[in-house]
Amino acid sequence: MIDFKSTLRIALNSLKVNKMRSILTSLGIIIGVSAVIIMLAIGQGANKKVQENLESMGSNLLTIRSSSAKTGGVSMGLGSKPTLNIKDLSAIRMQARGVESVAAVLNSSKQVMYGNQNWQTTVYGVTSSYLYVKNYEINLGRSLNPKDELNASKVAIIGSTIEKELFGDINSIGKTIRVGNVPFKVIGTLKSKGQMGPMDQDDLIFIPITTAQRKVFGVDFPGSVNQILVKAKSLEETQIAQSDIEEILRRRHHLGKSQPNDFEIRNSAEFQEKMKSTVQTFAILLASIASVSLVVGGIGIMNIMLVSVTERTKEIGIRMAIGARAKDIRAQFLIEALVLSLIGGLIGVVAGIVIAILIGVFFETSILITIGPIILSFCFSGIVGIGFGYYPAYKASLLNPIDALRYE
Amino acid sequence: MALIEVKNAIRTYNMGEETFYALNNVSFSIEQGEFVAIMGASGSGKSTCMNMLGTLDKPTQGSYYLDGVDVLSLRSDELSDIRNNKIGFVFQGFNLINRTSAIDNVCLPMIYKGIQEAERYKRAKEALKIVGLEKKENNLPSQMSGGQQQRVAIARAIVNDAPLILADEPTGNLDTKTSIDVMEFFVNLNENLKKTIVLVTHEEDIAQYTKRIIRFKDGKIVSDMKKDKQ
Repeated sequence: MIDFKSTLRIALNSLKVNKMRSILTSLGIIIGVSAVIIMLAIGQGANKKVQENLESMGSNLLTIRSSSAKTGGVSMGLGSKPTLNIKDLSAIRMQARGVESVAAVLNSSKQVMYGNQNWQTTVYGVTSSYLYVKNYEINLGRSLNPKDELNASKVAIIGSTIEKELFGDINSIGKTIRVGNVPFKVIGTLKSKGQMGPMDQDDLIFIPITTAQRKVFGVDFPGSVNQILVKAKSLEETQIAQSDIEEILRRRHHLGKSQPNDFEIRNSAEFQEKMKSTVQTFAILLASIASVSLVVGGIGIMNIMLVSVTERTKEIGIRMAIGARAKDIRAQFLIEALVLSLIGGLIGVVAGIVIAILIGVFFETSILITIGPIILSFCFSGIVGIGFGYYPAYKASLLNPIDALRYE
Repeated sequence: MALIEVKNAIRTYNMGEETFYALNNVSFSIEQGEFVAIMGASGSGKSTCMNMLGTLDKPTQGSYYLDGVDVLSLRSDELSDIRNNKIGFVFQGFNLINRTSAIDNVCLPMIYKGIQEAERYKRAKEALKIVGLEKKENNLPSQMSGGQQQRVAIARAIVNDAPLILADEPTGNLDTKTSIDVMEFFVNLNENLKKTIVLVTHEEDIAQYTKRIIRFKDGKIVSDMKKDKQ
């Protein structure tokens, strides 16, 4: 019987003898492990970023829009037929279960002006609850309140893009801007939410929905809205809220059993799930590409171990002659392969973390390094070492001692 | 009971159509404490016989008992243990492991025997002292002369207290003076440590150091002579 410590010493000794070769062999594993760590750091970073973006859109949201109108066979797109109105809003608030907050929107693209500056933007006529539901935060000034809505006040809250384009460095609070031809007083500015894909979430203006209906957009049907937003109390309750809302709206819109909905409800949770799984897939894809290099590194180890076994045939013969059992020989070469891959794994972990951090700094991407991938890739390098080291070790143990001794 | 008991051993190799008899019905026995030379021209079967005695090879037919154990019935791991505990090998080419110090080479058989590290080094030092190399224990084989390397090999052969030393042309790579040193060393091992030594050689003057000469020709023993004790 041979103890582990002695085997380890034999293995380390023969690795030391071929220093350069050992380093080059480990290099495959180093690259593989660091690639896995870097890719997972990037993938998780992206995941985190998306997660944050989704939260900024508001969570547990149900978006209700009018169905598309067909004018002479031409479908005009969602919201083109105003089937929703402000009374639906109060009905949902009063009757649907699981609802925390509701908001309505009537939006349209308008030219806004201040002094001689002007800018094309989307003007959102909203109920005062909208900013809360969509997680918008006030930077300076105040938010909309129910009184603004009731009085159809000509007040506006502007996004940071508008603020920059119209006012530059001037304080915008209390200034008067013109939306279309209507003057509005700026009462607040929004905290920046940044880009969401190609969409600039800061390029907008909020005004009271009543003001929008009566004074800005000139809607055909009084009280109509483009969208109703419902924030559910929790993720679980979005389903209940959704079915309740559907029932309420069908009843209110006098839809018969065979008639389709004249509105559409979208669940943000579904979208978020989809987004998350997309990012997840992307992260897994990156990691699996990286792990291919780890496997290639393993093949490198196998290659070198095979060369090493052939080269040291005589040594194996000597060891067998003086009493090494087949399993002792196997253990020696297996541990050699394992040591190579674990040293490679260790260096790879350090290199991977350093490079991931550098990538994060230089490319200003979001990087997230967690302990999971580090342990995973290190263990994987060990498994690769054992997996690809086994065959050479097994081959060594099968040598016939007489032939091995005679080998020059 | 004899230490080595070979009966009707036949070892054949298939060479194409023909069957080559490396050992053709060989029987002999060697008692504990004997010092035997196996002689013969190349191809006479002496190396095959040596491999068989060293349990590295098995006869095709016949039997071989080593220290009362039927070697042919043993599995490969058991043969490893036999080689480890009962046999010390000394080879023509020394067969030390390169880039491994003298003392670590001597330690090797004890590693496979499972002896603890401290005990290993203690015994290895003693063995190196017996062969007069206690000052060279950290030298690599490449830093030693042929004679010194062969003495390290002898230290390795005796370190596990094996009763049997098998030496295959131990002086084949050495000059005359060093050969004499090494042979006197074997005589010393045989007489003072009571080791049984079997050595293969083709040189008559080397064989003269032994007490018994077995001569092989064409796979058969042609003569087996014991020298009278002087």
